[in-house]
Amino acid sequence: MSDPYPPRPLIELGQITKTYGSGETAFQALRGVDLRIHQGEFVAVMGPSGSGKSTLMNLLGCLDTPTTGSYRYEGIAVESLNADQRSLLRRHAFGFIFQGFNLLARTSAIENVELPLIYRGTSRSERRALAAEALASVGLPDKLRNTPAELSGGQQQRVAIARAIVTSPVTLFADEPTGNLDTRTTREIMELLTRLNEEDGITILMVTHEDDVAEYAGRSVVVKDGLIESDRFRSRHQPAAQVP
Amino acid sequence: MIWNALFIALRELRRNPVRAFLTVLGVIIGVASVITMVTLGQATTQAVKNQISSLGSNLITVRPGMGFGPRAASAGVPNFMESDVEAISSQIDGVAAIAPVSSQSLSTIYRQNARTTSVVGTTADYFEINNWTIGEGRFFSASDARSGRAVCVIGQTVVDNLLGGEPAIGKKIRIGKAPCEVIGVLQAKGQSGMGDQDDTIVVPLTTLQRRLVGKTSSRNISQITISAEEGSDSDVLIGEITSLMRHRRNLQSNEDDDFNVFDTRQIADTLSSSTQMMTTLLAAVAGVSLLVGGIGIMNIMLVSVTERTREIGVRLAIGARAREVLLQFLVEAVTLSSVGGLAGILLALLLCAGISKLIQVPFVFDPQINTVAILFSMGVGILFGFTPARRAARLDPIDALRHE
Repeated sequence: MSDPYPPRPLIELGQITKTYGSGETAFQALRGVDLRIHQGEFVAVMGPSGSGKSTLMNLLGCLDTPTTGSYRYEGIAVESLNADQRSLLRRHAFGFIFQGFNLLARTSAIENVELPLIYRGTSRSERRALAAEALASVGLPDKLRNTPAELSGGQQQRVAIARAIVTSPVTLFADEPTGNLDTRTTREIMELLTRLNEEDGITILMVTHEDDVAEYAGRSVVVKDGLIESDRFRSRHQPAAQVP
Repeated sequence: MIWNALFIALRELRRNPVRAFLTVLGVIIGVASVITMVTLGQATTQAVKNQISSLGSNLITVRPGMGFGPRAASAGVPNFMESDVEAISSQIDGVAAIAPVSSQSLSTIYRQNARTTSVVGTTADYFEINNWTIGEGRFFSASDARSGRAVCVIGQTVVDNLLGGEPAIGKKIRIGKAPCEVIGVLQAKGQSGMGDQDDTIVVPLTTLQRRLVGKTSSRNISQITISAEEGSDSDVLIGEITSLMRHRRNLQSNEDDDFNVFDTRQIADTLSSSTQMMTTLLAAVAGVSLLVGGIGIMNIMLVSVTERTREIGVRLAIGARAREVLLQFLVEAVTLSSVGGLAGILLALLLCAGISKLIQVPFVFDPQINTVAILFSMGVGILFGFTPARRAARLDPIDALRHE
């Protein structure tokens, strides 16, 4: 079987294990995971609860460190970075979307979107421009001043996506992005993510337990009992673009 | 990074202005009370000093009694005699003027009005020594004093309260046992921390003894007031007067003085040191309320960190470093306490302006205590903001994001 991807993957996990606790009460959430993800992929991570998929996502997002094993991100040995270095990696390369949106309450949409830029030290005027642009690209050009309480769930998730993409990240981590949304809004959000993946080339790693959401992704990785049970590529649900 | 933290902190505070206000209320009250106490205390000290200097400069007072100030004891100590006054006048150099004072509280009657007033029997020099100026009429003269005429010079309060504000000159008022003609009204000195100086009637010493009280005693002088000559050393004068009086009162070398000799400077020092002690005490109590205000900030910041755990998780996830989260919460606490400090200063200015008018002391703005108060309130912010900020910075991003 020939490898259709460039030789060097964006993400490369080697025999990752993660153990919580120690001694009698130790619990091994991951038991030796190998995974290679290339730039531009849209990967759905699936699995029942307790399977270790959330642990895997946290490790991939550099929010957590593996107990053993190696994690190369663009060739960087992530497992040897300290907390501050991991923060800087997240700041410059990652974007995050959460199930509960996690927008700052009583804060306008544009200020929420500006947040990652503040930590990057972007100037005020540039921050405004980039945030407005990001909100426009998720379809909310007229909601800049609205606070989360004044927005619907779908709109809030769009603001959260704008916040995640405003820094032009290489990789977007989405943790059950449609878990709190109805079917119609789910479709809108998934179409937005698909567009970001295809048009802007953003690599997306998404945790979901819904098959029809996973169908938007070009690849689905199923985790079970701390191991990868299956790793399948498939043709996209829509649009009918081909996997390269 | 610090500007970023300040920017984020200000944005956070703007999100919940009501809570921010309630949080800083303790600091506002604390700072305002410290500044008000200290400022008013200093104003009172200043007022006392002004009052003392209005008593007359170079004024030396001799009084019977043991000790001076709070521990003074005068019971059973003999008064002075007129011959003591003459002895000081003739034997000591550098005395510009000297006046014996015999004070009596006597009932005074004018028509249907009656009241009790402190009546001073003295000689003509008394007015000059004590810085009195005449408002209308005249002081009594040396010959009035010698002959013991029934004349008196009265203060403005007596004019207002006994004579009902009528023109006083030539009126006869009954003082003690005899009527007296008013020949002069003293220029008002005003209310002071030492009581109403204008509530006084001054009569010749002989008049007081012979006519108004009606009994004479050789020891009836309760005070001797002396004005020192310009340029003379009051410490030397006090020393000379002390040894002369010890001799005249037959005190043995192992006995303590049973009289006091002091000048206005000593009165001023004693009174200011007691008002300053009071000021310090009140400021310390007010300082405790500032500390309580700081604890209020810590309390709210701890609640805020718990309440905003998910937000902290988001900040960490999008790339905030632990020290940036620490700085954010620290700056929030310091901003709260500094804003509270500034508001407290404004409140204190209003309070001081109002109260100083009310208690009739001069309002002195002291930049030092205001600077100290604002620095102290910032210190309170750092001190009490640190624990919550460190708690926020130590959060694990995953746990923080999962927090409900």
